[in-house]
Amino acid sequence: MAANPYFSLAVLFVAALGFGLAPLGLARLWGMVFSPPRPNAVKNAIYECGLESKGDAWVQFRSAYYLYAIIFLIFDVEAVFLLPFAVAFTGLGAAACFAMLVFVLLLIEGLAWAWAKGVLTWQ
Amino acid sequence: MAADQDLKIELGKQGVFVTTIEELYNWGRRSSVWPMQFGLACCAIEMIATTMARYDIARFGAEVFRPSPRQADLMIISGTVTKKMAPQVVRLYNQMAEPKYVIAMGACAISGGPFKQGYNVLKGIDRYIPVDVHIPGCPPRPEALLQAFITLQEKIDKQQLTGEGRPRHLDSEAQCEFPVPEQGEHDLEPPSNPGVWPVPVVIK
Repeated sequence: MAANPYFSLAVLFVAALGFGLAPLGLARLWGMVFSPPRPNAVKNAIYECGLESKGDAWVQFRSAYYLYAIIFLIFDVEAVFLLPFAVAFTGLGAAACFAMLVFVLLLIEGLAWAWAKGVLTWQ
Repeated sequence: MAADQDLKIELGKQGVFVTTIEELYNWGRRSSVWPMQFGLACCAIEMIATTMARYDIARFGAEVFRPSPRQADLMIISGTVTKKMAPQVVRLYNQMAEPKYVIAMGACAISGGPFKQGYNVLKGIDRYIPVDVHIPGCPPRPEALLQAFITLQEKIDKQQLTGEGRPRHLDSEAQCEFPVPEQGEHDLEPPSNPGVWPVPVVIK
């Protein structure tokens, strides 16, 4: 067995494993003997600021927030497009103006749809 | 078993180092006390000064102020404990891992100080949690805090792992939970923890 060319590698591997695991094992042993866990309700509390946590973190948000956010985002992006359009307006051709008109009309259509669906009314 | 001090010195001269697990453990604990990053009032300014370059508490291995009670060994009650703050202080103390130590810094923390007659000031944090070292002063100078810290280190050095004097977390009988007071109608409920602070008898 010692004649195997990989024998020294195997010895090194076992030594390396022991080198890593022995401190962990010793620490665990020390912990079991000399620092037994002493839990209680206050100690195990989640919040660490001295205050008691109130309520549940698993709260539900109303989907109306989501719709408002989407509509806000659409008009936010529209403003980003409209600004360079307004700046370069005098130098633009008819095709560019028509393309922009279609873009704005699409968004207005979306707004009209949201309005008709009653999204803009806060319940 | 405590090793004979003279024998140890003699062996040390011969190049033999003898120790006990207890000594090694206490040396490790006292050399790396992690205080909690927790300031209450004006004494906290002195505590901060103690951590800075001029006074340099890092020389004693205690520069790692932890913002979480789970990682801290030492709570420095640095200043006035109001009755509104006391439950939070006791709760944080409860959340620290054993073994844990407390330094009551300044007149307010040890007795209420100049605000002792006030309706809203706790007359000493030792009414609720066991205090290891008290430092008088208003506020104590950073040197005084260092002195208190060295005193605490000496105390940790004498700590036993077995026998009567062992810390409470190794004693299965001992109570490790300190009840958190609540705001009552006129005072905190209960006004003190009798297990920690026996109410003095007033003789008129």
